[in-house]
Amino acid sequence: MAQRAFTISPRWPGALSGALVLVLTLGTLAAVALRADWASGLSPADWAAIRFTVTQAFVSAFISVLCAIPVARALARRRFRGRQALITLLGAPFLLPVIVAIVGLLAVFGRGGIVNVFLGVLGFDPISIYGFHGVVLAHVFFNLPLAVRFILQGWLAIPAERFRLAASLGAPVGRLLEIPMLRAIVPSTFLVIFLICLTSFAVALTLGGGPKSTTVELAIYQALRFDFDLGRAALLACIQFGLCVVAAVFAWRVTGTDAMGAGFDRVVARWDLKRPLLDYVVISAAAPFLLVPLGMVVLRGLPGLLLMPGTVWIAALRSILVAIGSATLCCAMSVALGLWGGRAVAVIGVLPLAASGLVVGTGAFLIVYPFVSPSDVALIVTMLVNATLALPFVLRAIGPAIAAVQDDFGRLGASVGLSGWSWLRIVVLPRIRRPLGFGAGLSAALSMGDLGVITLFAGKSEETLPLAMYRLMGAYRVDAAAGAALLLLALSLLIFWICDQGGRSDVDL
Amino acid sequence: MLICDGLELRQDDFELRADLQFVVGKVTGLIGPSGAGKSTFLSAIAGFFVPVSGRVLWDDMELTRLSPSDRPVSMLFQDNNLFPHLTVAQNVGLGLRPSLRLSSTEAGRVEDVLESVGLAGFGGRKPAALSGGQQSRAALARVLLADRPVVLLDEPFAALGPRLKDEMLDLVKTTLADQGRTVIMVTHDPNDAKRIADDVAIVADGTVSMPVATNVLFDDPPPALVAYLG
Repeated sequence: MAQRAFTISPRWPGALSGALVLVLTLGTLAAVALRADWASGLSPADWAAIRFTVTQAFVSAFISVLCAIPVARALARRRFRGRQALITLLGAPFLLPVIVAIVGLLAVFGRGGIVNVFLGVLGFDPISIYGFHGVVLAHVFFNLPLAVRFILQGWLAIPAERFRLAASLGAPVGRLLEIPMLRAIVPSTFLVIFLICLTSFAVALTLGGGPKSTTVELAIYQALRFDFDLGRAALLACIQFGLCVVAAVFAWRVTGTDAMGAGFDRVVARWDLKRPLLDYVVISAAAPFLLVPLGMVVLRGLPGLLLMPGTVWIAALRSILVAIGSATLCCAMSVALGLWGGRAVAVIGVLPLAASGLVVGTGAFLIVYPFVSPSDVALIVTMLVNATLALPFVLRAIGPAIAAVQDDFGRLGASVGLSGWSWLRIVVLPRIRRPLGFGAGLSAALSMGDLGVITLFAGKSEETLPLAMYRLMGAYRVDAAAGAALLLLALSLLIFWICDQGGRSDVDL
Repeated sequence: MLICDGLELRQDDFELRADLQFVVGKVTGLIGPSGAGKSTFLSAIAGFFVPVSGRVLWDDMELTRLSPSDRPVSMLFQDNNLFPHLTVAQNVGLGLRPSLRLSSTEAGRVEDVLESVGLAGFGGRKPAALSGGQQSRAALARVLLADRPVVLLDEPFAALGPRLKDEMLDLVKTTLADQGRTVIMVTHDPNDAKRIADDVAIVADGTVSMPVATNVLFDDPPPALVAYLG
């Protein structure tokens, strides 16, 4: 059908959602740009923050990708017990709240952590996790799994016939097949991770700080919360936005893969594998790096659960409500945009990827500040911003499913008179249950663990669970913080699991 | 009478003109080479394809600007005639009420129509649990229940084997045609047309010809039909 002569869904919900996304991304940016104190220029400290931000992102992305190549190669070539579980686990850091992972990393690499205990026994000086190398370590922890998934997908996308052909020719597999694949995949992987590291506020907040290791986002936070210098915060937010746009444009131009997809379960038959030992060494080195910090969260958290002050439970309740609200809004917007379709939606759908939570937050702060106390709207703003930032991922999950429903059943629906709400209720929602459940779980978990915009807005009585946990860490209540970390981890995974299962319950689609 | 008045369809370099009438209560076969525009012509009558010019009329009522569901027209497509996630009874019930909020009398009518197409007791199943022939029957049941005077069949039975297809055509004859509906069916098999069509219209060379009685047409085929039949 070249011409769609009939309309089955009204346009306004999509237009409304698109408008909300535009207000929260470009609107907040405009607010920031208008308020920015351009005259004073950048201080040496600001330049240092920019340098630190770019350097740490570059080094983090470089190490993540470099380490990911042998791990992906090993996973692509070997089949062993627990391989599928390990690959599933590689997807977990996406759902894992950053602050929880940091607690795990502190338990391993921190002052009283496992590594320093060993070093002490051996008579070495303890290492410190704070500063540049701590930030890089945390970023590698988060992004190594992502890089492995990207690159593994590249490996598995090489058709089995090519390996067979190479084997029959006696040709070197590496030069013929693997290096060209890496040349295509690695740059986009690097840039995506670089972009993620540019905007990871929570890592810099907990492990960075001080004049030597302050990121631009951290400087925004400090300008807003401590100095209440709105002009400088706005200026820094513009800088941060500029950095993100440059990286996003590069990433957009070279990206083509989708690591969220399925199909990791096959191992290609190979004829060039003689020595399995190296592969297993690589896997046994990478797996503990990811697993031990997570294990430590559970181990330290269990006793801590009893030591948490009552306010943590109330913060947890607040977080659950924000997560539910954010997921509902995000899914509603994604469905509306998906039904609308078209090129405008494609642009709106990726716009939030270039937005950083702190920039959006600063803009929102500047917009609401003249009218209400920011702390009064802390939770609602957090909910809106979380929903917007999760939108690209959810839209990517459900957009194709909605398009397929319209292609397959649009004419049937129109001919029996389904339209608007009945079309949505009877056909679209039941048929996109699976991706919608996944998307809801994803956006809920991302919102649950978010420690970004809330830090700009919240006072004493609006803290979410991640913020409550951060404050416990700041007050050196390590055990209570560990308990809160375990609670946050459990809630994030649980809310994802409930939503995802909800989408799977209807088996006979 | 269903009237195509100077209807002109265009898409890229494809063009089709139609200036003809379909007599109420007759089954008309549309026959012609593939790519001639048989399906596109049906789409235009159903409201899925916007004509460049001309009108579609049902007696005095102009249909050209109406949305598909506002036309007195039901259509069966080549595939995807049932929603796979709805039960057979729900799929059929859509013909009665798109909101699916059926009263108990209406639910009774769904049962009755299922029985009339030989699917008594199948209402609770999903389409995947039905054979191809049974799926066709369920789709036909929805059209029967929808009670719209014009029915367009875009080769909905093409995927069935010869015996099942003949069974379905006979069912169309004994249900839709005997109720006095105006049926227009696309076919590329002359035997389908001979089996149930009162009239046949040829779609070839950018035009839809005026329908002619089936036996007359096949006794003395015009050049376009001869070229198609070979």
